[in-house]
Amino acid sequence: MTGFLDNLLNGLALGSVYALIALGFVTIFKASGVLSFTHGSLLLLGGYLVAVLHDDIGFAGALAVAVLVTAAVAGALDRLVLQRVGGTDPHAAHVQTIVTIGIDIVLVTDLARRIGGDLLPLGDPWGNSVSDLGPVTVADSRIAAILVSAMAIGGAFALFRFTPWGLSLRAAAEDGEAAALMGVRLTRVRTVAWCLAGGLAALAAVFLVAFPAPGLERTTGQIALKAFPAAILGGMASPVGALVGSMLIGLTEAFVAGYQSELHVLGEGFGDVAPYAVMVLVLLVRPAGLFAAKGAARV
Amino acid sequence: MSDLLKKSTLLERGGLLKQGRLLLPALLLCALPFYLDAFWLRIGLFSMAAAIGAVGLGLLSGTAGQLSLGHAFFLAVGAYGYVWLAGEPGPGLPPAVAAVLAVLLAGAAGGLFSPVAGRVKGVYLGVATLALVFLGHHVLLTADSVTGGFNGRSVPPLEIGGFTFAETDPELTVLGVPFGAEERLWYLGLVLFALTWFTARGLLRGRPGRALVALRDSETAASVMGVHVARYRSAAFVVSSMYAGLAGVLLALSFRRVVPDYFSLLLSVDYLAMIVIGGLGSVAGATAGAVFVTALPLLMTRYADQLPLVATPGSGDGSIGPTEASRYLYGAAIVVILLYAPDGLHGLARRTRARLRRKSPDTGPPGAGPTSRPPATTANAARTKEHTP
Repeated sequence: MTGFLDNLLNGLALGSVYALIALGFVTIFKASGVLSFTHGSLLLLGGYLVAVLHDDIGFAGALAVAVLVTAAVAGALDRLVLQRVGGTDPHAAHVQTIVTIGIDIVLVTDLARRIGGDLLPLGDPWGNSVSDLGPVTVADSRIAAILVSAMAIGGAFALFRFTPWGLSLRAAAEDGEAAALMGVRLTRVRTVAWCLAGGLAALAAVFLVAFPAPGLERTTGQIALKAFPAAILGGMASPVGALVGSMLIGLTEAFVAGYQSELHVLGEGFGDVAPYAVMVLVLLVRPAGLFAAKGAARV
Repeated sequence: MSDLLKKSTLLERGGLLKQGRLLLPALLLCALPFYLDAFWLRIGLFSMAAAIGAVGLGLLSGTAGQLSLGHAFFLAVGAYGYVWLAGEPGPGLPPAVAAVLAVLLAGAAGGLFSPVAGRVKGVYLGVATLALVFLGHHVLLTADSVTGGFNGRSVPPLEIGGFTFAETDPELTVLGVPFGAEERLWYLGLVLFALTWFTARGLLRGRPGRALVALRDSETAASVMGVHVARYRSAAFVVSSMYAGLAGVLLALSFRRVVPDYFSLLLSVDYLAMIVIGGLGSVAGATAGAVFVTALPLLMTRYADQLPLVATPGSGDGSIGPTEASRYLYGAAIVVILLYAPDGLHGLARRTRARLRRKSPDTGPPGAGPTSRPPATTANAARTKEHTP
């Protein structure tokens, strides 16, 4: 039973971190129709900044700087590069998606070169301490992950719901042309969306590499790709769907890893790839994701 | 009547010209093994294998508009399929049969994925195919008995009718040049590449190619015109997987050892880079992109000590090694090409040709124009020059 609770908590913690990343994907997708493949490198950038800066300005300061810088980089990439690609082509969003892959190659190569073969500690205040919650022992970093993610996600939803920008975002996602005619500045809306997503990715980096993970390494960015299944499961354009998808992915990964000895048919380390297996299974049944609205094409 | 005659001779001449245009590079490629050493031949081999795979991906992503990041998986199916079918442990089939079966196996793997590939559209398919790469990599690492696990397996050489594509057996010297594995595989690669080139062009210019382009431009319009959407999407996926499988077999033969870590997401991204740099939707473009992306890191490694800003491999942390330098270059190339020349190298070449052709009749008869107004023509010329970027 404690094993089950352990796995459940692990899964929730993992799911909430994925939710931070997936929410970023979905926000970007709603605002611009682009699937951001740069997210892996943005996450790596956030983690790297915290790792480099925390000695000098403390963990909290480093985290704040990392979130702001990553947000600014994401916004700048959108404004200076992506918005200039494709023009009025109806497939512009697809072309921009491929451009994000190119940007990702450059950024990841550079960050991986700087990190080298090292494991960088982030200097987070949780360290490797644990707490007892009733019958189970949990790493403090997991609890922090759940709490901070819940706050950040709540904040993001409040932004969507209550601010003028959130209203513009929802309007732009519904019908870009109509929104533009009503005075919504689409370019600004999508740049802010990119900034938000970048900040969330930097925040997620801290919890992804916290205890019991060993630290920031050059392959950490690949973990961001696991939020893709989460976002796809939710239907890509639905923030709530992304949350549900992330939890599903997180729990799957934790339970598969937790019950590995019973699942040895699937091979060692199947937990790492389980999210993708779930994604394929769901796409077989519902090709548009779990929460996708039924679309109609107008001719 | 005379018009008709003129037209037919023109057509014939055009056809001949076209044949000649292909014949010359083909002859050149056939002659190269007599002049180049093994290093250059290996670059050529890898480029040919990559070109075969890139043409397949170009068919799917460029023509049908379906993004795929799962190409590495199908390359792996081809490579490992061949190794397992031809080797021990495995059924130990004759290598030629194993090679054909491996290509079919890759096609079948693509077919198995078609319930997803036929219904998921555009960039979403890119994410769905991520699953193939990661799941495939996991299988390669864990299914020891078939794949040899982390350390991979060595590749049995190809053998057709007693002729082995390896160093010896039979010993072969042509015109004083000893034919080792590289020279023999070079000709095999050429044959396979020619096969790819002609079949892919046939597909693109025929009915299937038109259907796929229509599908890419507007799904609704295409299905109204009678294109079966799901069937054509799955078919494009299967055909592209088969090209990938063929590329995988050729890669396995030239590497002589297959390891799981080669077939990672990076490889898929490499292939995507090839078709974007070359220009989406063209066979020649995909080939050019493949040569660029494949040869660049190898050349940079070889000439690292002579290049500015590039350190020799293993010269310490923080320096830019040749692999990194080439990744910077082609990552940036993707961005720059999509920003300024969205149709890639292929489009650049076409536009340059068109401009040259336009220019030659203009400059041809300079004295033919009325000589009474020379200042006006020079002014015109000056103005057009200003406008030319």
